[in-house]
Amino acid sequence: MELFVCIKRVPDSAAKIRVAADGKGIDPAGVEHVISPYDEIALEKAVQIKEAAGAGAVTVICFGPAEATKEIRQALAMGADKAIHLKDPGGARGPLGVARVLADNIRARKFDAILFGRQSIDGDNSAVGIIVAQLLGLPVVSLVTKLELKDGVGVAHREAEGGTEVVEVKLPAVFTAQRGLAEPRYPSIKGIMMAKKKPVEEILAPAPSGRLEIEKLSPPAERAAGKIVGEGKAAVPALVKLLRQEAKVI
Amino acid sequence: MAAVLAFVETSRGKLKKSAAEILGEGKRLAQKLGGTLDAVVVGHGVTALAGDAGKLGADRVLVADAEVFKAFGVDAYLKALVKAVAASSPRLFVMAASVVGKDLGPALAAATQSALLADVTSVAVADGKVRVEKPVYAGKAVATIAASSPMVVATLRPNVFVPAQPEDGRSAPVEVVDAGVKPDDLRAVVKEVLAKASEKLDLTEADIIVSGGRGMKGPENWGILEKLAEAVGGVLGASRAVVDAGWRPHEEQVGQTGKTVSPKLYIAVAISGAIQHLAGMRTSKCIVAINTDPEAPIFKVADYGIVGDALEVVPVLTEELRKLRE
Ligand SMILES: Cc1cc2nc3c(=O)[nH]c(=O)nc-3n(C[C@H](O)[C@H](O)[C@H](O)COP(=O)(O)OP(=O)(O)OC[C@H]3O[C@@H](n4cnc5c(N)ncnc54)[C@H](O)[C@@H]3O)c2cc1C
Ligand SMILES: Nc1ncnc2c1ncn2[C@@H]1O[C@H](COP(=O)(O)O)[C@@H](O)[C@H]1O
Repeated sequence: MELFVCIKRVPDSAAKIRVAADGKGIDPAGVEHVISPYDEIALEKAVQIKEAAGAGAVTVICFGPAEATKEIRQALAMGADKAIHLKDPGGARGPLGVARVLADNIRARKFDAILFGRQSIDGDNSAVGIIVAQLLGLPVVSLVTKLELKDGVGVAHREAEGGTEVVEVKLPAVFTAQRGLAEPRYPSIKGIMMAKKKPVEEILAPAPSGRLEIEKLSPPAERAAGKIVGEGKAAVPALVKLLRQEAKVI
Repeated sequence: MAAVLAFVETSRGKLKKSAAEILGEGKRLAQKLGGTLDAVVVGHGVTALAGDAGKLGADRVLVADAEVFKAFGVDAYLKALVKAVAASSPRLFVMAASVVGKDLGPALAAATQSALLADVTSVAVADGKVRVEKPVYAGKAVATIAASSPMVVATLRPNVFVPAQPEDGRSAPVEVVDAGVKPDDLRAVVKEVLAKASEKLDLTEADIIVSGGRGMKGPENWGILEKLAEAVGGVLGASRAVVDAGWRPHEEQVGQTGKTVSPKLYIAVAISGAIQHLAGMRTSKCIVAINTDPEAPIFKVADYGIVGDALEVVPVLTEELRKLRE
């Protein structure tokens, strides 16, 4: 089983996000980076599938700056066999631009499936996996919570609105991981040691100039300070009154 | 040629709630662009719903009605949308950032080489550009993004845009779209649907959400939250701690690695308000927090708070709300 997993380097979910002086990006000071959480889920699943099959390889692909070497080593320590680092010289681009870089560097390779996170936790687009599938002419199943790949067929459970769909698809195909698909492992010491020796292919990959421009980044609208209505059940009537008369939501 | 083409979703023989929001915003933008609003409806047995789209402001309704569209699948629906785009040549394509829209928006952007603006909270058109505001970093920042491709695809966050009010007596011409999809064209096939789709609204579309956290102590205490949700006509949500503990299914998780919601009323019960939880609900219109700890961060974003034991406060709140209903 040859599996590709696309991973993105993103600010840690607990990071404080401050707008940089240019008003267009974030201030990098003190911001820790990690593999986007859904991508870790996709990676874990890919490693489990490979381990169960007892054959094949998991390749992680990351389009990111030079610093993404850290996240790539982390992915190798979590069980990926090799990596492709598409080095991003920087510049703005939308999901279509990112997807083009990924698709262009995957197209000529051999694989049974490509796994993505359902969404990156910085761009929050939920788009790149679906676009890559279109660009490569492959079927895609999104929001996958359970996945089995064998004999050229994938069977996925998909979290649709109000129910779980069991979807069957011919391989090669694209899947995007939803929470529940797998629990990412912590790398073992042995895993970390082995990661140092695993191959990383480095390719300079400028993204096509997109037709998107980030004009401004702003902090979210502050919520007006709220009030503590009171303590314990005695405060309930006052709360209900406020919800009816002031907030008018009930 | 239309200025705006809006994809509206259907469910159980009706337009979905989001349809009014998409058509309301679509109409406003079409007027700004000095053009008309087309709507496209895709499904099986949905032709009868074209009239409802007309009442909600569409100037023309394109309908792809066929058996292959019975269950949603990207392959088939995308073909229908591409045909609709050819018939409409819009400047802007809008749809909901729903489960379906999050599949179709990117696919359509790829198929038509258009810029994609995903999960946006406001849209403006000026000097040949489409300009949106879009929460990024899980709502910890808002990006203003401009797109200049010939067509732009935007998916609109549910519960944010002003819904169109139906105008009785208004009607729009209906045109059939023949997407020419054959059952063999479908590469991903839905074999079965487990956990039969309930009548319950999806969290992202709900007007009122009652969410429980680890302070509820255990799944056996969820009964009081269910009763509260029933009394206010809301649906249940949960923090990740609760989902990780297996007390609730992960479809109910709100937050950075769960659902992003913007209901009219969000009641956070025994939830501390960790940054990742706030990421999913801070754009709610009104937030109520019930927590024993007056220092809990949830109180910093809550409009109204009660410091107290949920097990004691919630039943009383339910009782008061029930009285109101009677
Ligand atoms: C990568 C990553 C992603 C994450 N994504 C999410 C996400 O999507 N959603 C999410 O929710 N979390 C997420 N988290 C977890 C988050 O950091 C918190 O751990 C989690 O939200 C805590 O859940 P909680 O508030 O229910 O529990 P706790 O933090 O344990 O809080 C329980 C609260 O209950 C109160 N309490 C106790 N007893 C009572 C009582 N009897 N009555 C009333 N109040 C009481 C306590 O004072 C406390 O404030 C994520 C974390 C990481 C690292
Ligand atoms: N720069 C990138 N490098 C590799 N994979 C990426 C990149 N950006 C996005 N992805 C993948 O696409 C998924 C969806 O991202 P997004 O569309 O930004 O929400 C992520 O979870 C990753 O799997």
